[in-house]
Amino acid sequence: MESSAAQPSPGVARLTLDELETPPLSLGQLTWRRFRRHRMAIFGSITLLLMVLYCFGGMMFFSEADANRTDTGARLQAPSRVHPFGTDTIGRDILARTIYGGQISLIIGMTAMLVELVFGISIGALAGYFGGLIDSITMRITEAVLIIPQIFLLLVMAKYFAQSIPNYQFMGRTFSGSVLVIIFVIGITSWPYLARIVRAQFLSVKENDFILAARATGASTRDIIFRHILPNSFAPIIVSATLSVAAAITLEAYISFLGLGVRPPTATWGNMLEGAYNYIDTAWWLWFFPGFFIALTVLSINFLGDGLRDALDPHSRAV
Amino acid sequence: MTRYIIRRLLQAIPLLFLVSLVLFVLMQNMGDPLATMGGRKVTRKEDRERLARQLGLDKPVLVQYIYWLVGNDWTKTDMDGDGVAETPGVRKGVLRGDWGISLVNRQPVTKVIGERLPNTLLLMLTAEGVVLVSALLIGIYSALRQYSLVDNIVTAATFVFYSMPVFFFALLAMYIFSVNFRKWGLPYLPTVGMFEPGAGQTVSQVVWHMVLPVATLSFGFIAGYSRYIRSTMLEALGQDYVRTAKAKGLPRPEVIYVHALKNAALPIVTIVALDLPFLLGGAIVTERIFGWPGMGRLFLDHVSRSDTPVVMGILMMIALAVILFQIIADITYAWLDPRIRYK
Repeated sequence: MESSAAQPSPGVARLTLDELETPPLSLGQLTWRRFRRHRMAIFGSITLLLMVLYCFGGMMFFSEADANRTDTGARLQAPSRVHPFGTDTIGRDILARTIYGGQISLIIGMTAMLVELVFGISIGALAGYFGGLIDSITMRITEAVLIIPQIFLLLVMAKYFAQSIPNYQFMGRTFSGSVLVIIFVIGITSWPYLARIVRAQFLSVKENDFILAARATGASTRDIIFRHILPNSFAPIIVSATLSVAAAITLEAYISFLGLGVRPPTATWGNMLEGAYNYIDTAWWLWFFPGFFIALTVLSINFLGDGLRDALDPHSRAV
Repeated sequence: MTRYIIRRLLQAIPLLFLVSLVLFVLMQNMGDPLATMGGRKVTRKEDRERLARQLGLDKPVLVQYIYWLVGNDWTKTDMDGDGVAETPGVRKGVLRGDWGISLVNRQPVTKVIGERLPNTLLLMLTAEGVVLVSALLIGIYSALRQYSLVDNIVTAATFVFYSMPVFFFALLAMYIFSVNFRKWGLPYLPTVGMFEPGAGQTVSQVVWHMVLPVATLSFGFIAGYSRYIRSTMLEALGQDYVRTAKAKGLPRPEVIYVHALKNAALPIVTIVALDLPFLLGGAIVTERIFGWPGMGRLFLDHVSRSDTPVVMGILMMIALAVILFQIIADITYAWLDPRIRYK
């Protein structure tokens, strides 16, 4: 009994006297326990894992040339044995395109989130830690970005930056330069919410005694920000970052759907949908598969984020 | 309170200047408005130069911004290209209510937007009404029957709908209620436009054409709001004053709808006011899919043709609306909740 109780994962429902004697669980173990009990979050993680497997494992069965090969003799074919998801308006195989499009969509989601993190954390940390003039200036900029609904801002910026970026080669594949534009544009319009969260965290954490102690021992400002305050603000940042991956995937789909997003030859789930509504009554497979993948991915990430929110909350008593 | 409102309005002014300047500069470098002017290509070089000069597009960006902002009737411009500024300007500038003239169709911006605005407002306000009514119904119902089967189903469904992108919902709804209903011989919903060209713009036609766009616009908000109402309602139902109301024998509906709901609904007022301008974001995609002649489509059409005056007009109107609604949210909140005082 004791040996099994010392394991990090004893039975969940068993909260007996034995368990009170087990060594105290670390923060990570507590978080994992709370996360594990969130069924939606587990469902989300598994679906997400399968989605990543589908997009990156699918590379072994279909080459990118398959995804981009046009065959005007086989345009708008319904799902069949040769093309399980059908073909699009110029005869490209939709199954292969969802694989390669999914890679780009997932990569855009992740990297746009990283861009957002860099901007959001640095601006929020500056404003929250230093306060005063820096705080007022940065918060005014934040308000200015928030004044225009993000989709409008995205469309204007996507059009602005997308004019003359050439295709580039990476790992032997050709990518449309617009991928970089979209990542940058989504990142640079998404940070204000995160910056506000980080600022609020910094404002409250910096008043703690351990920060005073760190300062008294002569820790540098950089150390106080990055080693003392930031790690103590991780929980809301992780949750917000998770959810913003979903938001970035959706936003990419919106602007690509509206025709200002990622350009050919690169496929994304979003630009596969562009113009698909013109074929609403003749070719449902054009929009159903990419749309379904977007919806499922976004749903899974939202579940995951919700589970993380509950699991990372130190006030949550559920173990 | 008055002082608070005035301070908020004054704070908004530099913000609007900053936003308008940045957007204006972005718009200027976005593409060539002359390339698609009036639907035909301007190919001859001297024509292009003449047009650019007459429209003031040859000036530096900042000068163009100042003309846009305060007009150019205080200065003279060179119209015939001989290097001498001789023609007095006629534009009054945004600050004096002149939003300029569309580069695409030479109509005043206020007229171009004015034609589309009622259509979008019709869609948005109907959607907002649908959102509020259904979210309140769903939210209260699942709060009163927490963890019942219906509550669990509704909670799962709101999660799914909340995550579903607008276009996917729109395409699914179109496919089921229009394409397949027609196939099955059922009464099907129209997918494009505001009315059948043959039938004319009658009330019944417009209402019939509004069903799918309104559903598309509102489903995500219904999901979000009902989850929110469920949680505030649950919180309110656990309060001491609700127990007191129950204990003194008030009828159940009065406890729920007067004591609990009034307090639970308080934060919703703010959220609705803050979200209202953002419904427009959803309207872009919705109007595009359903061919609804509103502001979202106007914006898309004119962005793609680099029509600075119209795009700036739409964006600044939205920015103003966002700021005004923020202030309105604060005021109503203070009015509804006597504990809140603004200085």
